[in-house]
Amino acid sequence: MEFKDNEAIYLQIAGYVSEQILRQPWSPDEKIPSVRDLASELQVNPNTVMRTYEFLQNQGVVYNKRGIGFFVAPDADARVKQFRRERFLQQELPGFFNTISLLGIGFGELQQRYQEFQAGQAALIPATTDEKQ
Amino acid sequence: MVRIRNLHFGYSRRVPLFENLSLTLERGHIYGLLGKNGAGKSTLLKNIVGLAFPQAGTCEVNGHPAGARLPVVLEDLFFLPEELHVPALTADQFVGYTAGFYPKFSETQFHRYLADLEVPRQVKLPKLSFGQQKKFMIAFALAANTGLLVLDEPTNGLDIPSKVQFRKTLAGALSEDRCMIISTHQVRDLDSLIDTVLVVHNREIVLNAGLDDLAEQLTFGTAGPADGAGALYAEPSVRGRQVVRPNLGGAYGKVDLELLFNAVAGESPAVVNYLNANPVRHESAV
Repeated sequence: MEFKDNEAIYLQIAGYVSEQILRQPWSPDEKIPSVRDLASELQVNPNTVMRTYEFLQNQGVVYNKRGIGFFVAPDADARVKQFRRERFLQQELPGFFNTISLLGIGFGELQQRYQEFQAGQAALIPATTDEKQ
Repeated sequence: MVRIRNLHFGYSRRVPLFENLSLTLERGHIYGLLGKNGAGKSTLLKNIVGLAFPQAGTCEVNGHPAGARLPVVLEDLFFLPEELHVPALTADQFVGYTAGFYPKFSETQFHRYLADLEVPRQVKLPKLSFGQQKKFMIAFALAANTGLLVLDEPTNGLDIPSKVQFRKTLAGALSEDRCMIISTHQVRDLDSLIDTVLVVHNREIVLNAGLDDLAEQLTFGTAGPADGAGALYAEPSVRGRQVVRPNLGGAYGKVDLELLFNAVAGESPAVVNYLNANPVRHESAV
């Protein structure tokens, strides 16, 4: 996994786990990889992954069965979207605003492009979830 | 696990390498030991494993002086030096002669690590390339399951896939009762693997800090020519000046270990002073 510089690794791993949940390889009430296995897979310190899981537990995305491991929460999908929303608004949107104001791109143009984007998405995959990326 | 107090050491009496060096290492962590060439990384490791003896002060492993080399300490300690001298044995013969010294050695794990690192078992060790020898010893070191694992420049000589496999294996091998310490120059090989960074500089440990804490205390980034104010450390780069600043906004980024190292092992003590003056308050220790 390639890590970005501007965000703590444990949060980037939280993003990765969320991705697995949103794209549904990991479904509700399914056991997710152990701290050790995910640390090994991502080549990161197990303490970092532990921190990720504790963070996701606090967000209600996963729950802990003592002695067994971590499981995807039943409403994980909604929880993930909620915290991803926060993360996007705090982490990515300021940079985006910075760039559009620097380049003088107005909201009219953005709106038009966004509508084109949505039309393109709809044509590609009819009736999927309204996942924003 | 490791407790060093007021260590004085030098290969010559007139040229001290360490003066009043103190350091404590705990289980459940992977420590990254950084320092310039000649700063004493390997020498510090040798003091920890009982291959060099303090001139003054103490160096204890599990409460016993490291220099006494007690069996109870040595059977729970593995040291992988930077340069290897392997005997003319195959992997299985080597295990037959050596594994008995490590009560927790696991042959199953050893074979799995060898397979993961793609080291052949039937070839005599001196016939292997340097990188293969190193990987062989890494597999043995991890399979020995010692409480203390000391690796001196383990990624030297490893090719790119082997480094990836090394990180995977090490990340999977850490447990709450193991303490790993890795010295390295290749900071980028290990920067997401270690959780605590140690910097040896000017005859002492100038930095001993968790990466999580550092991320709370400092920010690392690029500054334009105008907004360098408040930087504790700055160095030029293609992207603009790379700066280390106090983390006042509460943002929580990734620690740039190379930049941090340059800041700490440089002339100016600004970063070290700032860290000491603004410690992180811990709600819970992991």
